[in-house]
Amino acid sequence: MGLIDKGRAPKPLTWLLNYSRKYSLWMFQWGLACCAIEMGAALASPRYDMMRLGVIPFPASPRQADLVVISGTVTDKMAPAIRRLYEQMPDPKYVISMGSCANCGGPYWDSYSVTKGVDQIIPVDIYVPGCPPRPEALLQAIVMLQAQIQNEGIGNDQLQKRWRGEPVVIDDPHTAPVVLGPKPEPTAVPVV
Amino acid sequence: MSTTEMPSAPDFELERSAMRHLADAQMNVELDTGDMILNLGPQHPATHGTLRLVVRLDGERVIAADPVIGYMHRGYEKLTEFRTYPQITTLINRIDWLSSFANEVPFVHAAEQLMGIEAPARAQYIRTILTELSRIATFVLFLGEMGLQVGALTPAFYGFRDREHVLNLIEGATGGRFHPNFNRIGGLKDDLPWGWVSETRQVMQLVLDSCDQFEDLVVGNEIFLSRTRGIGIIPGDIGTAYGVSGSNLRASGVDWDLRRDGVPYLAYPDLDFKVWTHSAGDSFARYWVRLQETRESVRMVLQLLDGLPAGPVMAKVPRIIKVPEGEAWVETENPLGQMGYYVVSKGATGPFRVKIRSASFSNVSILPWLLRGVYVPDVVTILASLYFILGDIDR
Repeated sequence: MGLIDKGRAPKPLTWLLNYSRKYSLWMFQWGLACCAIEMGAALASPRYDMMRLGVIPFPASPRQADLVVISGTVTDKMAPAIRRLYEQMPDPKYVISMGSCANCGGPYWDSYSVTKGVDQIIPVDIYVPGCPPRPEALLQAIVMLQAQIQNEGIGNDQLQKRWRGEPVVIDDPHTAPVVLGPKPEPTAVPVV
Repeated sequence: MSTTEMPSAPDFELERSAMRHLADAQMNVELDTGDMILNLGPQHPATHGTLRLVVRLDGERVIAADPVIGYMHRGYEKLTEFRTYPQITTLINRIDWLSSFANEVPFVHAAEQLMGIEAPARAQYIRTILTELSRIATFVLFLGEMGLQVGALTPAFYGFRDREHVLNLIEGATGGRFHPNFNRIGGLKDDLPWGWVSETRQVMQLVLDSCDQFEDLVVGNEIFLSRTRGIGIIPGDIGTAYGVSGSNLRASGVDWDLRRDGVPYLAYPDLDFKVWTHSAGDSFARYWVRLQETRESVRMVLQLLDGLPAGPVMAKVPRIIKVPEGEAWVETENPLGQMGYYVVSKGATGPFRVKIRSASFSNVSILPWLLRGVYVPDVVTILASLYFILGDIDR
């Protein structure tokens, strides 16, 4: 795959690889709190059935996972474990932060023991709002993530660009154009 | 070892398992399997969240197990000091997230007791219905998940299917699928919507049918029986000493249910229901008791629907809720066990101090005693059958 290493994959090949990648997402479930039950409903209940979207929710270890769903309250005691398991996942890896607690602390915004947002410790691709979000909201997040993956370049420089924290723009006809990823840092004003 | 004579006594199973243990111990000595420390969790499917068990093993057997809690500690008791009373009901929903409505009830009762107001009869009845519905929603999930933990995937799907039916009802009445936040001090936010009662009757029939299905699929399954019978036995006196409550204690033969034996609350004194107990105290007994209690809850909901009184759902309360000085302790029978709130008020809009007694914390405290000497696969069974919620442990 010399071409890919150089970041110059032909377009049809990129499309094909991304297409295969987005429909075989191995999802590591990080069930923490209430949202874990809604995630369980999205995975295991016949009404929502996330597996029809090509998400396989049973990797034996984070080392086999492409995607992690942080669902629930992240406490300061839990944060090092989250960081460590995230680092064990192979690149390219994606993170969905599910629920207000994982997004920003939620109802525990003034608690002494809660981390106010999982994005303080790992980069997040999609935020799902709600307390807890309905399973449909998680399914929507998966669909958006798949659109994002389809739009990615697979060359090394593209991936590096992604992990430098630059925003990724989804250009999908089914969803409105959305800018994902961390907000761009405000450029520093040079001191004269 | 020379104790290999085949017994002819009827207690053949027990004898065989004793021999198996002896053979295992000999194997461990021969192979020199020293102590091994296994970290179960904090992220492990069997721990229902973020419980961490540090297990010391000798071969396949557990020598000592030490639960490490606090991975889900969100500081409820401190947070309640900075919230007003109506805000706290939003917060304490999320302690035991499987049965959110049942969490609100004791706190609202404590506040009502201090203010000297009482919710109207219709509100009490609707509260009881919703509490029992959340009990059903919790238990059908357990009935499925317990199968999952012993290796059967199918019951989990059935559990989630029935839970969806019940959650639909709760959402129809309260607007919230998971955390209703429907209780107000002095009553309820709204009356029941039109057509809800008849729909509830239909769903209760569905739940009864699926209880039969669980009985056929799981309780009658030979593998399930051999994985749960005689595993993780809690004697009644030891369970009481550790503060185990709820169905876990009733499965050990202790006939104690706060709905019947405690201070009368909600509409339970008007109801005719049976408290189920089982004498075995093992994992199977805990499953069986919860299965019967699900059916009993269905019967209670049907009784309540029949006797639903007319009238308002909200008492007269001041616009700004200020609770007079005083202390109140209210305990109720939550799906997971005894849940109580001790509220100290100094006359402000928020409480001075709230002490929360949650069921799972005490239920889990028996684990070091209970897990000593069991096999590693049985640890998973015992954890599943104790049925705790991490938010309820750590708060």
